[in-house]
Amino acid sequence: MWSSVAWAGRSFMPVAGSEVAEKLDSLYSFLLISSAISCVLLIGGMIYFAVKYRRKSANDKTAYITHNHFLEFLWSFIPFVLFMVVFAWGWWIYDESRDFPEDAFEVHVVGKQWAWEYLYKSGRQSVDLVVPQNRPVKLIMTSQDVLHSFFIPSMRVKQDVLPGRYTAIWFESKLAGEFNVFCTEYCGTKHSNMISMMKVLPEAEFEEWLANDPTKGMSLAEQGQNLLKLKGCVACHSSDGSRVIGPTFKGLWNAKREFADGSNALADANYIRESILNPNAKIVKTYPAGAMPTFQGQIKEAEITAIIEYFKSLK
Amino acid sequence: MSAHAGGNYINHEKGLWSWLTTIDHKRIGVMYFITVMIFFLMGGIAAMLLRGELYTADQTIMSADMYNQVMTLHGSIMVFMVIIPGIPAFLGNFFLPIMIGAKDVAFPKVNLTSWYCLIVGAIVAFSALFFGGVDTGWTFYTPYSIKTFEGTIWMVAGAFIIGFSSILTGLNFVVTVHKLRAPGMTMGRMPLFVWSLYSTAILQVLATPVLGITLLLLIAERTMGIGIFDPALGGDPVLFQHFFWFYSHPAVYIMILPAMGVVSELITTHSKKTIFGYTAIAYSSLAISAISFFVWGHHMFVSGQSEIAGIIFSVITMLVGVPTAIKMFNWLTTMYKGSIRFDAPMLYAIGFMFLFAIGGVTGIMLAVLPVDVHFHDTYFVVAHFHYVMVGGTLMAIMGGIYHWFPKMFGRLVNDTYARWSWLFIFIGFNVTFFPQFILGAMGMPRRYFDYIPEYESLNQISSWGAWTIGVGFLIGLFTVIHGLLKGEKASDNPWGSTTLEWTTATPPPHENFDKQPVITAGPYEYR
Repeated sequence: MWSSVAWAGRSFMPVAGSEVAEKLDSLYSFLLISSAISCVLLIGGMIYFAVKYRRKSANDKTAYITHNHFLEFLWSFIPFVLFMVVFAWGWWIYDESRDFPEDAFEVHVVGKQWAWEYLYKSGRQSVDLVVPQNRPVKLIMTSQDVLHSFFIPSMRVKQDVLPGRYTAIWFESKLAGEFNVFCTEYCGTKHSNMISMMKVLPEAEFEEWLANDPTKGMSLAEQGQNLLKLKGCVACHSSDGSRVIGPTFKGLWNAKREFADGSNALADANYIRESILNPNAKIVKTYPAGAMPTFQGQIKEAEITAIIEYFKSLK
Repeated sequence: MSAHAGGNYINHEKGLWSWLTTIDHKRIGVMYFITVMIFFLMGGIAAMLLRGELYTADQTIMSADMYNQVMTLHGSIMVFMVIIPGIPAFLGNFFLPIMIGAKDVAFPKVNLTSWYCLIVGAIVAFSALFFGGVDTGWTFYTPYSIKTFEGTIWMVAGAFIIGFSSILTGLNFVVTVHKLRAPGMTMGRMPLFVWSLYSTAILQVLATPVLGITLLLLIAERTMGIGIFDPALGGDPVLFQHFFWFYSHPAVYIMILPAMGVVSELITTHSKKTIFGYTAIAYSSLAISAISFFVWGHHMFVSGQSEIAGIIFSVITMLVGVPTAIKMFNWLTTMYKGSIRFDAPMLYAIGFMFLFAIGGVTGIMLAVLPVDVHFHDTYFVVAHFHYVMVGGTLMAIMGGIYHWFPKMFGRLVNDTYARWSWLFIFIGFNVTFFPQFILGAMGMPRRYFDYIPEYESLNQISSWGAWTIGVGFLIGLFTVIHGLLKGEKASDNPWGSTTLEWTTATPPPHENFDKQPVITAGPYEYR
């Protein structure tokens, strides 16, 4: 489960799940070692001089050395060459990581405060990113509200996810298993909870997963509950009575709601429908206004009905 | 001793009003000192609270919203009100004119105005707390900053006003250096601290207006709904990042260049040896200033800017490494065959070199494109910039305070206390921030209120380190106050330094020198 953060030996990096990640780790190791050597030379030299040339008496005479062109050339040129080498090495890996394979399996990703939504061409939606092993995967990403950033540590890929624009990344996982997905662009209250799981399945298992329709055989209320997860509603609303960002769903149905402006209403089907499509029309007392985005155009009537059915079943 | 017939700048006039209306650069420097110390205390308390919250993986002492606000306050205070004005407006204001043999800066009233800009800006910024607060981080990234609490506008407006403080100080320094040098004080005889302030001043004058414009656009977008950065209004959120970093990357050098200048002074004085490679150090400051305008895109490798832009910004960023490396080697070589005294200022200089070396090499790592893709917005970046900003700039400020304290206040601080303070800060610093490199490599994103349990043990080590730093700075505060009240009387030149500020009386008289000094040699003639 936590393979994605396990330390891969001496470098403290997460496991490398792809070939690009392995190449990157070699460059990283080189940087680590050459940095360590530079620091030892600099700091070691400093400590050596500090001890060797410590003041012995107030009348110490010191050498009058103003410059040395050869030395100065050396310590400008050698770092310059080193820097150019690591730059070129980095360029080479970066190029590969941004060269999208034509046959990549595509998944659409929508970021929103504070959940990731994954959409497959088969029409399937998922709260986890499920992808095939040993096959390039391309993620086409956009945001519904503010900036987010999609980060899979074990694949060494990261890309900001912007509203009003598409960005993309690709990777090919050699490992099957579960890996963390983090949001790395600060996006508000629950930024640090915007974590999702990437499940890498062997090809056959993946095809089976993709073909499977998890909503088949579900009651309408169960479909509603499933939708609340897929749409990310559960990031801010609980079903057990606890307060998160917004009010809980528990005991919502047909309850009397008190609003910030002093008015009140019964939580019937029309109230719930309005709260999904126009969330700022009525703000429940003590809860923040403007926290919830509208779902206008992102949810079907039948889906709202299913959600209402689920609320009815929540006592 | 300091039995100066004509009095000094402290007793030249009396009363609070004489300070608040002073146009003496030394008094303005002291006012900046007090202000920056208060802001530093506030930012420091915020840091302690943050590390308290991060002590455990889940909620520890505050809510997520509270954490985000404290995190924003810590960043904004430390960047805009401590590190940026820290060295130039405080030590620079006090010593730049004396070091070049001038009576004052070129525009003394503008100098006082700059202090009031900082105060007014800070009041406006803090008023954000009465309008819901700010939780955007110090970077104010759009479109989040357009949607979140009302307080954001106030914090942004505060930063805008504080920007003028920085511009005015910079303007003053550029003109002062060009116009008010004493007879014989050629550019090539200026102390390296002055060179670094001059390079910084150019950045302050040229880069800060861009931040001002950006923040104004942000305010216009929020209050009037003019679509500039918000995609919902047809704007482009990445444009904000370009504007923001076009200032904020040069600002990184506004923060570190003066520190490098201080360290040059500390190492040469306390090694009692002429600086190695004066010209190289002086011109490398200018080189860093110039290059720093063309590297802003390295903050945006994963922002959605084009791949080609990323590659170009990566290679230019590498170039900044060269003049920085040159300085490090020059300081090291200055110590060779010197006569090194381990008093507090030198310990801070050594601490600076130690921490800046680590900050520097990790900076190169971050400049490598695909490595940055993995490290971007993780704790690796947090650790890197704290090594540079705290390990670099703050160590230099502390060293500079202890170095120039006798000249500024006519008293010596207790060196033992100052060294204990250094020990706590130095060890605490490494315990705090070194584990954060590892956390970042493991993938822990920054600005996280809570985190997965795997990161907990390293976070706890980090928190203990932070509290150790806190103790160190409290000892430092005590040392300074003790020095002011009970310190031994200082002679005119307690370190045996060769730069001009040590030739005048201690504390300096109202217009710095009794008679106009005439310069006949370079700044570091230790023979």
